[in-house]
Amino acid sequence: MKLKKRKGIEMETVNFIIKNFNDVLFLTWEHIYMVGISLAFATLIGVPLGIIITKNELLAKKIINSANIMMTIPSIALFGLMMPVLAIIGQGLGKVPAIIALILYSQLPIIRNTYVAIKNVSPSIRNAGKGMGMNRWELLKEVEIPIAVPVIVAGLRTAAVMNIGIAAIAAYVGAGGLGVYIQNGIDRVYPEMILAGALLVSIFAILVDAGMALVEKVLTPTGILIQKRLSQ
Amino acid sequence: MNKILRQIYSVILALLLIAAGVALQKTGTISIFSDPYAYPELIRLLWQHLYLVGVSMAIATIIGLTVGIVLTRPKFRAYTGIVMYVVSLGQTIPSLAVLALVMTFLGIGAKSAIFALTIYSLLPIARNTLAGINAVPASIIDAAKGMGMTSMGILWQVEIPMAMTVILTGFRVALVINVGTTALAYLIGAGGMGDWIFTGINMMMTDMLIAGALPVTLLALLADFLIEVLRVLLVSKGLRISEE
Repeated sequence: MKLKKRKGIEMETVNFIIKNFNDVLFLTWEHIYMVGISLAFATLIGVPLGIIITKNELLAKKIINSANIMMTIPSIALFGLMMPVLAIIGQGLGKVPAIIALILYSQLPIIRNTYVAIKNVSPSIRNAGKGMGMNRWELLKEVEIPIAVPVIVAGLRTAAVMNIGIAAIAAYVGAGGLGVYIQNGIDRVYPEMILAGALLVSIFAILVDAGMALVEKVLTPTGILIQKRLSQ
Repeated sequence: MNKILRQIYSVILALLLIAAGVALQKTGTISIFSDPYAYPELIRLLWQHLYLVGVSMAIATIIGLTVGIVLTRPKFRAYTGIVMYVVSLGQTIPSLAVLALVMTFLGIGAKSAIFALTIYSLLPIARNTLAGINAVPASIIDAAKGMGMTSMGILWQVEIPMAMTVILTGFRVALVINVGTTALAYLIGAGGMGDWIFTGINMMMTDMLIAGALPVTLLALLADFLIEVLRVLLVSKGLRISEE
């Protein structure tokens, strides 16, 4: 079956967005809320975990492998598998399974980037810190984390962009967000609605990607920036 | 310490397996798998799923590799930056949005699903081919030139084997994303295992839901494993040793 293609579907889509502007704002807010909350929790879990596993090779391997397997599971299948489990506490549908899934999916990029960044701090820098009389905690706070921050933020960026896509799919388990337009549009064969949903989600993802790239640049310590410029 | 960790890990794994088994029995998924009427339907959907994944991956691999290789030739080097930018922009677009966009322009059915899946899997393959070949050290290419190899010979015998690990990583990302996105292809009328997942969600039929979600998960894990096997087969022994 071919959808009836009306003339000027682009203009119609823009009109649709303008006419339903309040609705669009609300759905966008829901999307931001889901991605934001999950990213905050994922950072709180992932970054400390990534730092802890730099002390133990075997633990690092197992945890990164588990996160890798987690990431391999298709998102809609994960929603499906979680539904009966969360239904026990009456949360099978809605925002709770969506946020849990988003937290789980964000773990791999965050843990891996934190681990790799801290592992890659050169021993000479670490030794210099030790020579200045820093203890382990100070060394982590003053030396290792500032050097690792750009890479950690890069991991957060990957996670955020991925989460926006998965949150769109979460509309099918009743989590709301911009995926609702795609879902309803497909069900009603309403091309303007589908286009509006797809375009808004895509623009949102591209904007977040660009924004995080900016944050990455801002958070890079000046010393590292100068070093990079000199080496070029 | 490590010994204790290993034991804790295997105990957790065993407990998870037992819990999964009990859950499967409780929700009635086992009975759906062994049901004589549901079983042929499962096989049919699985084939549909594999067909969508197979066809789209085959096209995406051919196009992706060609694009990646062509862009590393000296003639087209100038466009590498632009293409990389477009590709990374394309990858930020969510998979559901790609499917929906393709549906509005091409309509529903397996053909538009294959089109969307191909485009979406093409990006990681092309990008990694490009990055992999570009990362081959210039000294090695110079050595090959010094041995009198033609540019074709350098491509096939030096550049591609050296870039194989990176290309396979891109292929792995593409394949895993493809298996997951194919589950969504049901929404635009292409069938596949998504049929049971979405029907299960809509009708709150837990057994059907799990019977759909489990094969997709296993398929994705199998795809991941397949790439490991391919890595052993395709990456030359010397490179593998030096990596480890």
